[in-house]
Amino acid sequence: MSLHCHHDRGTPARTSTQHVTLSIDGVPITVPAGTSVMHAAAEAGIDIPKLCATEQLESFGSCRLCVVQVKNRRGYPASCTTLAEEGMEVTTENDALFRLRRGVMELYISDHPLDCLTCSANGNCELQDQAGRVGLREVRYADGQNHLQEATDTSNPYFAYDPSKCIVCSRCVRACSDIQGTYALTTTERGFDSRIAAAGGEDFMSSECVSCGACVAACPTAALMEKSVIEMGQPQRSVTTTCAYCGVGCSLNAELQGEKVIRMVPDLNGGANHGHACVKGRFAWGYATHADRITTPMIRSSIRDPWREVSWEEAIAHTASELRRLQEKYGAESIGSITSSRCSNEETYLVQKLTRAAFGVNNVDTCARVCHSPTGYGLKQTLGESAGTQDFDSVMQADVIMVIGANPTDGHPVFGSRMKQRLRQGAKLIVADPRAIDLVDTPHVRAAHHLKLLPGTNVALINALAHVVVAEGLVDEDFVVDRCEAEAFNKWRTFIADPRHSPEATASVTGVPADEVRAAARLYATGGNAAIYYGLGVTEHSQGSTMVMGIANLAMATGNIGRPGVGVNPLRGQNNVQGSCDMGSFPHELPGYRHVSDVATRELFESVWGVPLSDEPGLRIPNMFDAAIAGSFKGLYVQGEDIAQSDPNTGHVTHALESLECLVVQDLFLNETAKFAHVFLPGASFLEKDGTFTNAERRISRIRKVMRPLATYADWEVTQMLSNALGYPMNYSHPSEIMDEIARLTPTFHDVSYANLDRLGSIQWPCNAEHPDGTPTMHVTEFVRGKGRFMLTEYVATDERVNRRFPLLLTTGRILSQYNVGAQTRRTANNAWHPEDILELHPVDAEDRGIRDGDWVGVQSRAGETVLRARISERMQPGVVYTTFHWPGSGANVVTTENSDWATNCPEYKVTAVQLSRVEQPSTWQKQFAQFSEEQMKLLKQEPAGAPV
Amino acid sequence: MNIEHLIHMANQIGAYFEAEPDRVVASAGVADHLARFWEKRMRQSLYAYLDSAQDSTLTPLVSEALTRHREQILGKLQ
Repeated sequence: MSLHCHHDRGTPARTSTQHVTLSIDGVPITVPAGTSVMHAAAEAGIDIPKLCATEQLESFGSCRLCVVQVKNRRGYPASCTTLAEEGMEVTTENDALFRLRRGVMELYISDHPLDCLTCSANGNCELQDQAGRVGLREVRYADGQNHLQEATDTSNPYFAYDPSKCIVCSRCVRACSDIQGTYALTTTERGFDSRIAAAGGEDFMSSECVSCGACVAACPTAALMEKSVIEMGQPQRSVTTTCAYCGVGCSLNAELQGEKVIRMVPDLNGGANHGHACVKGRFAWGYATHADRITTPMIRSSIRDPWREVSWEEAIAHTASELRRLQEKYGAESIGSITSSRCSNEETYLVQKLTRAAFGVNNVDTCARVCHSPTGYGLKQTLGESAGTQDFDSVMQADVIMVIGANPTDGHPVFGSRMKQRLRQGAKLIVADPRAIDLVDTPHVRAAHHLKLLPGTNVALINALAHVVVAEGLVDEDFVVDRCEAEAFNKWRTFIADPRHSPEATASVTGVPADEVRAAARLYATGGNAAIYYGLGVTEHSQGSTMVMGIANLAMATGNIGRPGVGVNPLRGQNNVQGSCDMGSFPHELPGYRHVSDVATRELFESVWGVPLSDEPGLRIPNMFDAAIAGSFKGLYVQGEDIAQSDPNTGHVTHALESLECLVVQDLFLNETAKFAHVFLPGASFLEKDGTFTNAERRISRIRKVMRPLATYADWEVTQMLSNALGYPMNYSHPSEIMDEIARLTPTFHDVSYANLDRLGSIQWPCNAEHPDGTPTMHVTEFVRGKGRFMLTEYVATDERVNRRFPLLLTTGRILSQYNVGAQTRRTANNAWHPEDILELHPVDAEDRGIRDGDWVGVQSRAGETVLRARISERMQPGVVYTTFHWPGSGANVVTTENSDWATNCPEYKVTAVQLSRVEQPSTWQKQFAQFSEEQMKLLKQEPAGAPV
Repeated sequence: MNIEHLIHMANQIGAYFEAEPDRVVASAGVADHLARFWEKRMRQSLYAYLDSAQDSTLTPLVSEALTRHREQILGKLQ
C-alpha cells in the first residue's frame, strides 16, 4: 500500500455508451453500464469496506467484507462482483451488514498476529484500517488453529513474504497474472490450508517471479513488504518523478523520510505505466547513494598519474583552460562533446548549446548514435518526423502486433506487460527475431508466427513482407492515394513487386520459410489494426536505416498509420533517447531536428544565443574516434556516457581515448571511460535534480529533486559553470528556464513548460497552439512532411559475413535485471539475477565444439577475443550465438566491430562473425583490462606525489 | 582519418542509392548525403583520395557523385 492516498474505488472504472442510474443509501448515482456497485458507491462518496478488492484488479469476491443489501433481492451480495443496474436500490450499512462484516473480520484476525505496533505496515495497513472500519473489538477464536508460526521468505533481495500475515485475498496472485502477466504466484491447497506460493521454485528467488513488485504494491497487509520499509519504517513524504532506466519512462512516487528514499512506488496516474513498474525502476535505486559515488572533482595530467581532488572552481577553470589550449593549438574543430540519454532534456540541450555556442563547433553527438540514430533518419525520410507515431496505450487497440528485433519483456518490461495484456485479450502476435524471445511462448500468449531470421537479413524480410502485400493486392489503395506521394509510391510498387523480393527468393537469405512469411504478411495486412514495435534488432545493422524505412513503407502501404491501434513504434533503449535527440544532440541538427545548414533556423538560434553558428555538420561519435586516432581531434567532454564500455570494438575506442590530450568525464562513478580521463566532474543522479525526460512515446515527464546533489551541483549547473569559464555566459537559475528557452526555439515544444507539465502530469510532443495538451497519435490527417514518402529499400548483405574462420554469428542484447553498461544496476542487488554476462548457444553448435553448459568459451572475431561462460539454449538457432554487455570485464564489445549503418554510422552490434572454443582462462584482453582497472582504482585512492597538475 | 574506413562508408552509401533507377537521382542522393552528414575532414579526405588515387576503390556511383557534385559536397571548403 503506497503512501499516496489514492481513492481506491475497489473495481476498475468502465466506459460505455450506456448508463444506468441507481440509488445507494438513498443517494442517486449514474454510472456507465458494467460498473460494479462498489465502484458506483465510491463515486457517490460511499466507501464500502473491502479487502480483496482494488481498482487495479478485476473483482474477485473472496473476502466477503463488501456485502450489501439490494431491495427486493435475497441475501447479501458482494458489492465488488454485483453490477449496477437501472433502478437498483442498495443499502450499504445496517445492523445485519454490520454483524456480518464484523464476523468476517473477526475470522481474519483470528489467524493474524496481533503485533500491529511492531508491524512494518503499522500506520499504512488496509487490514488494520478495515478492522477499525467494521468496529472489531474482540476475537473469540484466538486459541484456534492458525498459521502464525510460518517462516518468512526473505530470499528476494528487495521484499519479504511473511505468510503469517497473509489473508489469502489473492490480490498478489492477480497482480502477478493480470498486471505483470508472469503468472509466477498461485494459491496452493484449499480452505484453511490455502497459501500463496511462488511457482517454479521453493521460494520467491528460485521461482519464476521477475520481482516487478506488483504483488507487494497490491498486498493489503504486511505479508509482502519492501525490506527497506521493514528496516527503516514507513515513509513520510512523497515526490512524483520519472524512472531513470529504460525508454518506457515510468512515473514513480519516491517515498521518503527527509531526503532518504524509503521506496519507489509506481504512480497510478502515470501516463506511460498506469501504476506498474519493474525490478529496476521499483527497486534498483540504491546506486544513487552507493559508496562508489565520486563527489569531489578531480584532475590529472596523464592517465598514468594519480587523481588529485580539487575544488569545483579549480576543476572548471582547469577544464576551460585545457579546452581553449587545444583549440588554439590544434584548431577550433579539435574538440567536441557527447551528451547522454541518461541525462535530462535540459542537460543535453545545454551541452549541445555549450558545444555550438561556446566551443563554436558542431562536434556534438549522443549515445543514440549507437542505438536509434537510424530511427531518426528513417522516420524523417518517410513520415517527416524522427519519432514513434503512437502512445503506449495504443497497443490496447491493436489487433495484430508485429515485434521486430525487440524484446519488450526484458528491455521495456512495463510496456511488455501491457502488450501481453492485449495479447491475452486475443490480439495476434508476429515476432521477427533470430532468437526465441520470451514473448514467442509465454503464459497464455503464443506467437502466431515466429519469423526466425538470420541476423543481418532484416531488409530482405521486410521487403518480402511488402512484396506479398503488393503482389497479393493487399495495399490500402485509398490510404496510399490520399496520404502518400504518388510518384514515390509507384516507383516503390514497381521495385518491391520484382520477384527478387518474393518470400520464395529471399528464403535462402533470411532462413525463413516462404509460406510463413506469406502468412505473416497476410495477417499484418488484413488482421485489423496492425502495429509494429521494433528495437535495436532493427537499427543496429549496416542497413538499420534502410530497415526503418522498410517498416514505414509497410505501414503506409497497408494504411496502418494515423489512428490508435496501429503505427510504427520504436522502443527506445534508454530513458531519454528520444529527448536527447529532440534536443539537438546530433552534429548535423539543431534542436527540433533542423539541419545546421538551414539559414532560417540558424538565424533563429543565433538571435537568441547571441553568437554565429557553424553551418557545417560536425563529427559523429565514431568519426570522433577516427579523428582522434588520426591526430586532429584532441579534447572531449562526455556527460553521463560510458563509451569505453558501450561502443563497439573496444580496442579501437580505447586507442582513440588514449589519443586525446584532454578527456573530461562527468559521471556518478569512475566508469570505464573515466579511467582514460584527465578531468572528472562529479555528476548528480536523477534524484538530485529537476528536469524532464522524454520517453519512447514522445512523453515529456518531470524528474523532481528529492535530495540535495551529493557533489553540490546538478549536472546542468556544471555545464553552465564550464560555459561561463569559457567566456560564453549562461545564467539559468532553474531548469524550467532552460525548458522555456527550448520552447521558444522549438516549434514542437512551443507550449511545453513546467507549469503545463505540472498541470497535465506529462505531455506528448508536438505541444503547441494546435495541440495544447500534446499529441498521443501522430500523422492523423496528414504526415508531418505532408505526403508520406515510400523509399526504395534494396537488401545489401552486410560485409560482416561468416566464413570458415568465423562460422557463427554473434548478436548482443540486454536482460531484464541489468541496464545498459550496468553502471547503475551493477551497484544494486539486481546482481543476484545476473552476476555475469553469459554466452547463449544452440546445442548443435555446442556439441560440434565439445562445449558443455557452464564451460568457459573463447569468442573470437575479426576485432578481438573475449571469454564468456556458456549456456546451452534452444532459444538460439544453430549458427547464432548471443550475449549481453552489462559487465565491463565480459568484453562483449571487444568482439563487436566498427561496421555500421550506411546512413548514420550506428554500429552493427547485432551481427559479428565469430568462432568459439573451449578455454581454461580469461582472454589476453581480459587480463589486460583487469590489470588496467586495478591500476586505475589505485590511482583513485593514491595521493599525488609531485606538484599540482 | 582512416581512408580505407571512409571509402568503405562512402561505398555503403553508394550501395543504398544503387536501388534508384535514375542514375542522376542516385548520384545526387549520394552527394546530398555526404554534404549533409559528413564532417568536412571526412569529405576533404575522400576528395584527397579521389584526386590522387590511381586505382580508386570507390564504386562508380560514388566516384560519379563526388565528381559531378564537387561544389555541393565541398562547398566553401574548396
